[in-house]
Amino acid sequence: MFKLIDNYMIVPNIHLLTVEAPNVAREARPGQFVIVRADNEGERIPLSLSDWDAEKGTVTMAVMNVGKTTSRLAELEAGTSMPTVVGPLGNPSEIDEFGSVLCVGGCYGIGSIYPIARALKEKNNKVFTVLEARSSYLMYWEEKLRGFSDKIIYISRDGTHGYRGHVNQLPDIIESLGVPIDRVIINGCTLLLKKASDATRPLGIKTIVSLNPIMIDGTGMCGVCRVTVGSKTRFACVDGPDFDAHEVDWDELLQRRKSYMSEEAKPLRTSGCEKRGCLTTQPVVR
Amino acid sequence: MAEDKTPGKKPAKKAKARKKLDLDRRDIPKQPVEARVRNFDEVALGYSAETAIEEAKRCLVCKKPKCIGSCPVEIDITGFIECIAQGDFAEGVRILKEKNLLPAICGRVCPQEDQCEGVCALTKKKGEIAIGRLERFLADWEAEQPDIEIPVIPPPTGRRVAVVGGGPAGLTVAGDLIRQGHGVTIFEALHEMGGVLIYGIPEFRLPKRIVKREVDYLEKLGVEMVTDFVVGKTRTIDSMLEEYDAVFIGSGAGLPWFMDIPGENLNGVYSANEYLTRMNLMKGYKFPDSGTPIVKHKKVAVIGGGNVAMDCARTALRLGAESHIIYRRSREELPARLEEIENTEEEGVTFQFLTLPIRYIGNDNGWVEAMECLRMELGEPDQSGRRRPVPIEGSETIIPFDAIICAIGNSPNPLIAKTTPGLEIGRRGNIVTDEETGKTTKDRVWAGGDVATGAATVILAMGAGRKAARSIHEYLGSLPVKS
Repeated sequence: MFKLIDNYMIVPNIHLLTVEAPNVAREARPGQFVIVRADNEGERIPLSLSDWDAEKGTVTMAVMNVGKTTSRLAELEAGTSMPTVVGPLGNPSEIDEFGSVLCVGGCYGIGSIYPIARALKEKNNKVFTVLEARSSYLMYWEEKLRGFSDKIIYISRDGTHGYRGHVNQLPDIIESLGVPIDRVIINGCTLLLKKASDATRPLGIKTIVSLNPIMIDGTGMCGVCRVTVGSKTRFACVDGPDFDAHEVDWDELLQRRKSYMSEEAKPLRTSGCEKRGCLTTQPVVR
Repeated sequence: MAEDKTPGKKPAKKAKARKKLDLDRRDIPKQPVEARVRNFDEVALGYSAETAIEEAKRCLVCKKPKCIGSCPVEIDITGFIECIAQGDFAEGVRILKEKNLLPAICGRVCPQEDQCEGVCALTKKKGEIAIGRLERFLADWEAEQPDIEIPVIPPPTGRRVAVVGGGPAGLTVAGDLIRQGHGVTIFEALHEMGGVLIYGIPEFRLPKRIVKREVDYLEKLGVEMVTDFVVGKTRTIDSMLEEYDAVFIGSGAGLPWFMDIPGENLNGVYSANEYLTRMNLMKGYKFPDSGTPIVKHKKVAVIGGGNVAMDCARTALRLGAESHIIYRRSREELPARLEEIENTEEEGVTFQFLTLPIRYIGNDNGWVEAMECLRMELGEPDQSGRRRPVPIEGSETIIPFDAIICAIGNSPNPLIAKTTPGLEIGRRGNIVTDEETGKTTKDRVWAGGDVATGAATVILAMGAGRKAARSIHEYLGSLPVKS
């Protein structure tokens, strides 16, 4: 069992979970993730690491409340325990002296881009950080990120903070920086990754995305996380999660993300007493 | 029956003179087909004491029993069978457990027809002793007794061993070493101990309470168990060697193979590992009471002919689908256990033999809706000794399916291999070991089971675990005494 040290909603619908997991904290590197379960009957889901403290033995994840498991996680109170926090899984992000790097984070990806920006800065890169959200009130961790960013740029869909629009603004942003960008690193939901990837493709800048397909074990065993990259099938959990954005088959990935959409919505609609009364061996009809 | 020097007719005659042959192999009661295809409860219900005694009495108790020689862990089979025949079940359990730590499991999942039962003196007369069923009977009888005997464990040696993987190999190593007084910690990547026994083999073939019982027993003996710990990620083998005197790797064969044909990444195409893990480990069949979602399919194709393929096809059937096994050779070459093939047929799974998928076809939403396949014929025998399937030209056929489960095999997971310098890895990703001792090319590191051999059976993994435990114990004994 893994003790929950802290859990609060940092901006509407995004929760920051800090859990005692010393083995994970000791080995964690930027770009890695953990697999968690919210309760004993619960499913296993991957969450990117947003921060960790090897000395205190804690790890922090930003979780967007979108489905059954994430809403359970959001409800968990500090002091209680989670049955599974296993990792760190996946390959760490490639961190090197690239020159100038644009780090893009949206939703929970604002959290997970933080350790990447930090590591890049420690390698003496010029770090430009782009935060993307629907509106100004959904931005977070600006202070933390400022410490490791040469500049922070905002994009909001409603124009309340920084650029108005979506990540399709990236070419304009890159132009405005006045320095050549050597690499773009993007964390966030799949749609954001795809759109950002489309935006940087014409610029010919190497773009790395952290993919987040459905996973069960996270160690290469189930194969549900397979993605086509450069026309080859790869497992995001052990071959990734970082891949070259311009080689990813986005349509396939977006479709695979939707595999369980109707089933995932089901438990949310079903109340507890309904569940107790229903046939336990009958799966849901699609 | 003496059958040492002159195999053939003579010994059988002798036996006949001594004892009237009873060739009526006692059936094991099963859940009726109509009932069991609608639930996930165990199919075979087990012998009653009376039937077990009757079956045991049929044994000729050969002087040089071949069954024992073909058991990977050399259980004194005639010994425990004689005990059953005399009604002394407790002694039978003792004899059984001398060599086999997990009899309730082996009695259920061993391929007996290729091992002990395949060489039984009565096999030629089609009346081989049901050794597996008797083994299971004893183990289940013991489980019902109020007090399970805990063996006396020698004082601690102060030596500590890390076991990587809580499957059959790891559990065996842990059980053997703890009984020698060594400290043992098992590290398991998933959230439950048992490895393939938990995530792979379905409830209806191996109830999880049985696995849990065996795991609990080891815990009572003092084995420490750490779940949610991925060796190679959470900690490397080298780092563990700083804390432990020896490491045993029994991480299994968990990397699923795909066929690399078009359409394999469509929604509705699963690896057998994914499908079974969803159902077994994550209890998907209880969804939405359990958290892991599953999709209800109408017509499922399982590619492959092994036990895993049978497990997938029977699981899909129980969830209400029309279930098909697609196998490129014929029934004769099916690698699955005979008993499971028969159960699968009885339950109404359709077998499409001599059929090879070449492409999966999807709909506009990215879901699989059909399989294109070739019909095959059998040619000359290949390396495995089985006749090679050869495609029949122009036989392409499209068959509609809304789910495909690929059960064509697994190889060892590369996580440990990639993070452990000094460990020699074979061509198929397996850890190279000495067959007799399980020693790897790395000092103080042993390995065994599927990670060394590639996907095989529970009992072979246990056999390898036993050999490795012996070698580890010898090594630990050679070290200066720790106070």
